[in-house]
Amino acid sequence: MAIPTDTLPKQEVKLSKEEVLRYSRHLIMPEVGLEGQLKLKRARVLLIGTGGLGAPLGLYLAAAGVGHLGLVDFDVVDFSNLQRQVTFSTGDVGKHKTEAAKARLSGLNPTIEIQTFETRLTSENALELFRDFDIIVDGTDNFPTRYLVNDACLLLGKPNVYGSIFRFEGQATVFGYPGGPCYRCLYPEPPPPGLVPSCAEGGVLGVLPGIVGSIQAMETIKLILGTGEPLVGRLLLFDALGMRFRELKLRKNPACPLCGDNRTITKLIDYEEFCGIRGEEAPPMTDGIPEISAKDLKARQDRGDDLFILDVREPHEYQICNLNGKLIPLGELPRRVNELDSSREMVVHCRSGKRSADAIQFLQKAGFKKLLNLKGGVLAWADEVDPAMPKY
Amino acid sequence: MAVKVMIPTPLRQFTGKQASIECNAATVGEALGSLTGSFAELRKHLYTEDGKIRSFVNVYLNDEDIRFLDKENTQTKDGDTISIVPSIAGGSPYWK
Repeated sequence: MAIPTDTLPKQEVKLSKEEVLRYSRHLIMPEVGLEGQLKLKRARVLLIGTGGLGAPLGLYLAAAGVGHLGLVDFDVVDFSNLQRQVTFSTGDVGKHKTEAAKARLSGLNPTIEIQTFETRLTSENALELFRDFDIIVDGTDNFPTRYLVNDACLLLGKPNVYGSIFRFEGQATVFGYPGGPCYRCLYPEPPPPGLVPSCAEGGVLGVLPGIVGSIQAMETIKLILGTGEPLVGRLLLFDALGMRFRELKLRKNPACPLCGDNRTITKLIDYEEFCGIRGEEAPPMTDGIPEISAKDLKARQDRGDDLFILDVREPHEYQICNLNGKLIPLGELPRRVNELDSSREMVVHCRSGKRSADAIQFLQKAGFKKLLNLKGGVLAWADEVDPAMPKY
Repeated sequence: MAVKVMIPTPLRQFTGKQASIECNAATVGEALGSLTGSFAELRKHLYTEDGKIRSFVNVYLNDEDIRFLDKENTQTKDGDTISIVPSIAGGSPYWK
């Protein structure tokens, strides 16, 4: 059964001479042929996330000639993305992911339309965003968004090509296919925060999303063509270390609150609350700069938290007193930003907190997110924590 | 019955990095009991405080989800494989 890709106003679609040449390796296969290529050209696919999974997805779907691609991401490219998010170049660091991805994919295939949505997917915008697309591909990285994508797809009757990864292991399947199971049939509830480590803590081998994202791309193309046996009702498990694929049966759960016999979910909900994320306190901010007090920093260090200390003063100031941080003077930061690891939580400080606020503004633009400004700098540290430290 | 329990990557830190554990068990519940007996830390990751399998962890006997069989009472036979398949999201920490 093919997913209908002609739900929107019909328009005459043809291939130009250049496109015939571009897609010739598709056209000579009877499973695709001219008819299949036109289906691809008419198809509208929305990618949620342009990161690790989104990279091969975007590249292969654009190359294959999917005529209309939507890219949803709110994030900017940072250095720690480049190890696996192969759509991006080093020069893209600091740029919005959707824009950088659009530039790359348009370069690969200028004949397709690419629409970018530089926004966080929310319960408020998901249905509106999904409505114009035939297939939704979930390349996100967190539980609230996965449940949101699943629910929105089910409510609109659109297939959800699912893939997820952790360290050396991946999962892929197609949810929301007519008659097939959904994500809630597989996992009725998400794990509570903190019980399962995230990729930022657990890491991920760069090639892994390349493989899982490619499987998603393949399934998306099969759905469009209506060819082969879709990955429906089957959960594909990939173990990269053992280099093994396994397949488990995935059944529609009659008790599923979303697609079962007695549905209790009929509209989108608050997914952060559902995933137990409410109550995580955001750090206090001054002019958009997250801050930490000297006392709190000391308490977190004593607790054994992994905090990287960046000192942006000058070397002669460092000699007077310091917090054993890494010294990169503010003026050298743009040139030496690659010495920093954006995946680690970082406390930036100077003498009184002014230069470090500038440093944080710069680092935010470069894609760093886990930043805290030491409020009042080393002066506050001397006052609140260590009276023996010289002040200057 | 000699069965093999496959341990997913996120839980291998609690099994001394072993990817699979062999044990003797007549039911799936017995196999998981034997596993959490040997690796106590696993217990809170597999079971809720009142002893139910957590809803974000699925257990399969060969390729069937035990929720659609006889749950933890599902009988095993020699050579069966039990898989623990937790939900993984990939990517970012929760608070993102």
